[in-house]
Amino acid sequence: MKELRLMKGNEALAEAAIRAGADAYFGYPITPQSEVIEYLMRENPADRTGMQVLQAESEVAAINMVYGAAGCGKRAMTSSSSPGISLKMEGISYIAGAELPCVVVNVVRAGPGLGTIQPSQSDYFQAVKGGGHGDYKLIVLAPATVQESVDYVKLAFELAFKYRNPVMILSDGIIGQMMEKVELFEQMPRSTEEYEWATLGKKPGKDSVIVTSLQLQSEEQEKVNLRLQAKYREVEKNEVRFETYACEDAEYLFAAFGSCARITRKALDMARAKGIKVGIIRPQTLYPFPVDEINRLAGQVKGILTVEMNAGQMVEDVRLAVNGKTPVEFYGRFGGMIPTPDEILKALEQKIIGG
Amino acid sequence: MTEEIIIAGFGGQGVLSMGQIICYSGVMQGKEVSWMPSYGPEMRGGTANCTAIISDEQISSPVLNRFDTAIVLNQPSMDKFEDAVKPGGLLIYEENGMTRKPRRTDINICSIAAYDESVKMNNTKVFNMIVIGGFLKVRPIIELENVIKGLKKVLPDRYHHLIPLNEEAIHKGMEIVKEEQAVKK
Repeated sequence: MKELRLMKGNEALAEAAIRAGADAYFGYPITPQSEVIEYLMRENPADRTGMQVLQAESEVAAINMVYGAAGCGKRAMTSSSSPGISLKMEGISYIAGAELPCVVVNVVRAGPGLGTIQPSQSDYFQAVKGGGHGDYKLIVLAPATVQESVDYVKLAFELAFKYRNPVMILSDGIIGQMMEKVELFEQMPRSTEEYEWATLGKKPGKDSVIVTSLQLQSEEQEKVNLRLQAKYREVEKNEVRFETYACEDAEYLFAAFGSCARITRKALDMARAKGIKVGIIRPQTLYPFPVDEINRLAGQVKGILTVEMNAGQMVEDVRLAVNGKTPVEFYGRFGGMIPTPDEILKALEQKIIGG
Repeated sequence: MTEEIIIAGFGGQGVLSMGQIICYSGVMQGKEVSWMPSYGPEMRGGTANCTAIISDEQISSPVLNRFDTAIVLNQPSMDKFEDAVKPGGLLIYEENGMTRKPRRTDINICSIAAYDESVKMNNTKVFNMIVIGGFLKVRPIIELENVIKGLKKVLPDRYHHLIPLNEEAIHKGMEIVKEEQAVKK
């Protein structure tokens, strides 16, 4: 039975991990994400489903525990906030290289460095363009509501196992800390499937399974890279997700993701009340990016304003998608500051309509 | 109907839980709700605030800069949020500890001596419920029975015997809230 609750984004996400049939969670506390591990420790899912929860000695240890669990074909998750995710990046690159599934949650706070604990979207580049070394991609899901924080955990595990690739959920301090109504999906059983790529002990008559991201022969490494690239093309073909609103008659367009898309949506309502025909596109997957839809809308509108809580990151992908069809401008606040709907409306009027 | 509320005061006054109780009550009444705390290196005696939104429609932004109602429980909060009330909106302030009256002339203003009342009730912990009572008297957006249902949901069973006390506090708040200035919306 579906269950309606009022929950914090971080707690809802933690509950979703249990319900998605996760085998293990390894984490380390950091604001504004600590409620994830706090909730899991309190809930003690070992009693409910057998899921193991461990506070590791560091973020580096946590991601390597995920690597180990994933290597055994288990559903493993970790979460952190920006500085902690930077620490995990080496491990994430290894997991991507070894082609293993896992879910990594980043409840973003402002940087660089230790920065501040307030919400931000300044880890877009890190999530979408690499972050760790080597030619790899994460599938990146960007929830805008507590409900999506729940639904995307389930989706993230599905995609991670479908493509044997790490999936990142890019949340932020707003989504993590706020409370909303949320409908929880039913408890799913933990998987008992023994994947042939998983290291579960050598079976008689079968070759050893070796999990590694190391190929000392360049010819072999290039084969791995080609295989990864082929996989990413499949992901780009199948997994683009986005939401549009009020685009049918739109003369102008907002592009925003996550919590910032909701603030922008408020600005949209204010603009519409003044008779300004503006729509919004909200990428739900940041990789793969909704290139085709943005390009299509670019042919319809007189200008696009990208709104982000950073100094302008997704705007680069919007510009690539638009490919010169229409002007693309940017408005953002950063350092933990949150743009107000008034500011966003003013930016639309000055940079797009007036410009 | 959409009511966008900011509640602000000292940490320890029950600011965050007031917002949560309003939201839980809203859920019981079948409304859409959103609660967003100020989080940070804050502690008892520091400043705290939260945004609570109750609406018939899907809520867009959980973070706002203008509000229909501001409930302010100390002077720094009044200084910070008085100007954030929409014209025709509502400001409710706790009398205790305020060093000045609100200055706005284009908003409704109510005061409540919730702290003094809680002392009279011999239980300063119900302070925030008295304030909620005052708010619901002026803006009856949620029915009392749904607030009680909300409380039952929030409080663990072992505290359910305190619900009548909280209900009494809400009634007290409804009695003692004072209208100081009324404008047409």
